[in-house]
Amino acid sequence: MTGIGVVAPTGIGREEYWEATRAGGSAIAPITRFDASKYRARLAGQVPDFDPAERLPSHLLPQTDPMTQYALIAAEHALDDAGIIPEQLPEYAAGVVTAAAYGGFEFGQGELQNLWSKGGEYVSAYQSFAWFYAVNTGQISIRHGMRGPGRVIVTEQAGGLDAVAQARRQVRGGTPVVVTGGADSALCPWGWVSQIANGRVSLREEPHRAYLPFSREACGYVPGEGAALLIVEDADSAHARGARRYGEVAGYAATFDPPPGSGRPPGLERAIRMALADAEVTPQEVDVVFADAAGVPDLDAVEAAALRAVFGEREVPVTAPKTGTGRLASAGACLDLVAAFLALRDQVIPPTPNVTRAHVAHPIALVGPEPVSASLQTALVLARGIGGFNAAMVIRRAA
Amino acid sequence: MEAFTLDDLRALLRECAGEPGGSLDGDHILDTTFAELGYDSLAVMEAAARVRRRYGVVLPEEVTQVESTLRAFVDAVRAQTQAQAV
Repeated sequence: MTGIGVVAPTGIGREEYWEATRAGGSAIAPITRFDASKYRARLAGQVPDFDPAERLPSHLLPQTDPMTQYALIAAEHALDDAGIIPEQLPEYAAGVVTAAAYGGFEFGQGELQNLWSKGGEYVSAYQSFAWFYAVNTGQISIRHGMRGPGRVIVTEQAGGLDAVAQARRQVRGGTPVVVTGGADSALCPWGWVSQIANGRVSLREEPHRAYLPFSREACGYVPGEGAALLIVEDADSAHARGARRYGEVAGYAATFDPPPGSGRPPGLERAIRMALADAEVTPQEVDVVFADAAGVPDLDAVEAAALRAVFGEREVPVTAPKTGTGRLASAGACLDLVAAFLALRDQVIPPTPNVTRAHVAHPIALVGPEPVSASLQTALVLARGIGGFNAAMVIRRAA
Repeated sequence: MEAFTLDDLRALLRECAGEPGGSLDGDHILDTTFAELGYDSLAVMEAAARVRRRYGVVLPEEVTQVESTLRAFVDAVRAQTQAQAV
């Protein structure tokens, strides 16, 4: 992994995000993007306001939803960070694999309003693709002339890991460079009611008490928005061009939960064990876990039980920096990967803002609201997507 | 109504599709095609839709292709709006 691009509620750009994350910063606040006063849930992790015209070429503005703008900005940052100039690569040497779960809600809402208030001739021709989950992969590919494999993953929060795993597969298949990650945003009335409808969104009013995974006070999660994009490269060619490496994707597995009432166990533990096996890593070798941290009591219990089953009595440190950003759907787990790679770089475990250890309701070693210095070689990142998706990824520090 | 000019088309394109191939300044662009200026078929479709909304005219398909020149597009809007005014 040689490049990072981030558009997060706690910062735009790798180091801005990481400074805030290390410090336990939180961006969870009342929604300002639209009038949310009439909705049951009113908090979100919003990307700070910026002028898209300052960061993107003019022709892309009328044809992109915020999620796509975030994806394009993060992809450009990631390529810059990796020192890759796409025009200098052979035509099919670079691919794009992204995850998105919502699609372009805000853009779509505007066009639906045009359709029903003014008529069909007022609907933008760009609605044909701007709403689509797959559009981020397409726009990144077109902008940078990357004509290698293009893939799209729709597995909600798990998508951020599933996309990176798919990128690894493309690299193994012979594509030297893949831009990968996730982007999601649905902070408009239509997107908001769709998110609230899942029944897991926190209705609590106080920003510091609204998203408290693993806590006795857990009451759901706060939605967020953003994009996290990575550059995954073949290790040999990255080495050959002298690229700075953050680390490597060492192992991965995905599982699917059984239907409710089947009596069979949830799939998260199996995903963890299979990812460790894929990485040829024992549980003792894992130095830190970045948890999915659903914030819903029974889902927290499932995750804590899976960690307990795999790690036993050993108190592996567990963190969930996403309590400072909210859950970013497809961008969320990839943002956790970013935090995990930077944690390995700086030998520090970023905190879990707002969750105090004294309130933890499960037998796990949650780090709490302060960063912890530690010797870190290997991290495990977990993600669960609404609908039964489980993913686990093991990453290793650059040698 | 004032006759439709290149300046009107320029403003329309900037508004609905930006400037993908660089600046639209200068009158030399009249004889270039939409494709040469970096516009794709959706951009031209969007421009034609805005002409329809604003001036109430439907342009013939041969001037709303990416291979059409801006001159052909401007001339067609003029011809249609004048025909309408008669």
